Amino acid sequence: MIRYILWRLAVMVPTLILISMLVFTIIKLPPGDYFESYVQEMRALGETADLQEIEEMKARYGFDKPVPVQYLHWVGGMLHGDFGYSFEYRMPVSEVVGDRMWLTVLVSMATIIVTWVIAFPIGIYSATHQYSWGDYGLTFVGLLGLAIPNFLLALIMMYFANIWFGISIGHLMDRAYLNQPMSWDKAKSILEHLWIPVLIIGTGGTAGMVRRLRSNLLDELEKPYVVTARAKGLAPGRVLMKYPLRMALNFFISDIGSILPQVVSGAEITAIVLSLETTGPLLIRALQGQDMYLAGSFLMFLAFLTVIGVLISDIALALLDPRIRLEGRAAK
Amino acid sequence: MTGLPPPGAPLGHYVSDAPFDPLAAERAAEAAPAVAATQGQVMWWKFRRHRLAVISGLFLIAMYLVVAFAEFLAPSTVDTRNVERIYAPPQALHLFDKGQFVGPFVYGRDMTLDLDTLRRVYTDDTSRVEPLRFFCHGAAYRMWGLIPADLHLFCPANGGELFLLGSDRLGRDVLSRIIHGARISLTIGILGVTMSFALGLILGGIAGYHGGWIDLVIQRVIEVLQSIPTIPLWMALAAIMPVTWSPIVVYAGITVILGLLDWTGLARAVRSKLLALREEDYVLAAQIMGARPRRIIARHLIPGFMSHLIASATLTIPGMILGETALSFLGLGLRPPVTSWGILLTEARNVSTLALYPWLLLPAVPVVLVILAFNFLGDGLRDAADPLR
Repeated sequence: MIRYILWRLAVMVPTLILISMLVFTIIKLPPGDYFESYVQEMRALGETADLQEIEEMKARYGFDKPVPVQYLHWVGGMLHGDFGYSFEYRMPVSEVVGDRMWLTVLVSMATIIVTWVIAFPIGIYSATHQYSWGDYGLTFVGLLGLAIPNFLLALIMMYFANIWFGISIGHLMDRAYLNQPMSWDKAKSILEHLWIPVLIIGTGGTAGMVRRLRSNLLDELEKPYVVTARAKGLAPGRVLMKYPLRMALNFFISDIGSILPQVVSGAEITAIVLSLETTGPLLIRALQGQDMYLAGSFLMFLAFLTVIGVLISDIALALLDPRIRLEGRAAK
Repeated sequence: MTGLPPPGAPLGHYVSDAPFDPLAAERAAEAAPAVAATQGQVMWWKFRRHRLAVISGLFLIAMYLVVAFAEFLAPSTVDTRNVERIYAPPQALHLFDKGQFVGPFVYGRDMTLDLDTLRRVYTDDTSRVEPLRFFCHGAAYRMWGLIPADLHLFCPANGGELFLLGSDRLGRDVLSRIIHGARISLTIGILGVTMSFALGLILGGIAGYHGGWIDLVIQRVIEVLQSIPTIPLWMALAAIMPVTWSPIVVYAGITVILGLLDWTGLARAVRSKLLALREEDYVLAAQIMGARPRRIIARHLIPGFMSHLIASATLTIPGMILGETALSFLGLGLRPPVTSWGILLTEARNVSTLALYPWLLLPAVPVVLVILAFNFLGDGLRDAADPLR
């Protein structure tokens, strides 16, 4: 098992390196850099920029060196927690971000868990009651969930919350707790606000998962061993629990790899619409201001989050299913 | 023929004494009319059985006809402003006035400014009946940007007004803007898919055909691209495009971005299909008969997986339409004066605006319908791609 985990970790390294190269290319793509546009902006305002300070900053962040060196500098800094410098905020990225990263992780994790909790019983119901009214109804609702994009759903929910309850949803905590250190009250406030974004982000993933779980379970239920078990007179509940469900569970855990990027995407865009205190609103502001280091760290962080999530799901899957463990060893 | 014993009685050794003909099966096969349906026909039969997919297909054809004749179908042009009718709510379409049939018409409207809330209040004046005109001359436009014309399918009565879906903050007709916006929103998905289709076909084909280290590298790249959340990546790439670019270049840029990141799924499908089909008996047969690789690929392999590919490409179009809508909605994609559904929705971004003028959210309806339709159509095509299963 340990060997499998180590092997899996080793495979992760080239993936992360490739991702970092891609993200760095994106950082470098815009013509010119932040300093140039900054100087121009200052000139337009009739002020003179502090060229001395800019030169210093350029030297400090290695802007005068060739691109590969800059890349190594950036990656090296990230390895010991220095994510670069946000030129717009004039602060290191790690300080700008604060606990927004953890809130992003929290929202994504909560969404995954809620997705599972909702999708599991619905998927089983749909598969065992194939072509019943319940199945059709749930499939239809699921399709709607699939077809309504997250940001639209967020808008619609905001609209109805405003019309029906006269409240404005949005934000992840009461205003009073912003920039406050974590406390019980703050945690409670976050939990109270969490369910709306989680529900919005979860719809698409839940719908997809129900669909896949249903078709997987249907395939499994047609297998001869299920027929045999039924012919033997095993109670229907036990027939379902004993094997098909366990098979479906495997798929359920491995499916995290396909829904996680989707959840993170949805979390970002929903966060922008609902102005949550996660990375989403900062990411878009950074992109609009061409504050590429800040944007780059966000991208890197989101990609890292996904890769780690997939890693965890792979390890859980290996724990659950010995075949994968053994195959991993055989491949070595 | 001796019958079976009654239920419960012991079953003796039982042999049917019906006459036995060992060649019955062969005879029956010969007697049945030879099935002469082509692959395409069988696919069509199978596709037609998926009712929802057929309806979706017809709906999409209608939508693309709207795209082609947007100028003619829209009662007004994209940017005709009516300063007197800012944030006018949708007008109801009536057929009967005081029990008399008039044909489709709307009531004339009066606008007063409520000085307490500073809102415009619109009231229907039922004495003024304004019947719609059909095939009428209205606002001038250039068909496809080339031919000057002013013919519309329907327009407001002379001196009247027509805002079936309301008007926006500049007094522009929302319905006309939705119709015109379809042009950008619906073509961007098709163009993006064409591009990712080509990329997926080439890269997946190379990976599946060559194998070895090329396959390994392409597989890795696919994995990396699939592990990055798409929307943030799209956002980053869209943000890179300079503000100075002209709308057409931005449009092309968005298409490229959507296509560049979407080919991975298709490439995977091509690769796995190629690997699977290569082992098929008919490929072996063709090889033994001396067919060259080029003929095998063109004549046997490509038709084998093309239908699958088209089906899965159809299923990726909604993602692209959503991508463009989301990007434009966030202000990173296309920018006004270009009109797309995403741009129309930016007007509804503010909750307080939305609470007062909910009809600004109407462009969401075609978005959802088109996405649903593409999903159903893709499902139907996927089932039809394997007609004999």
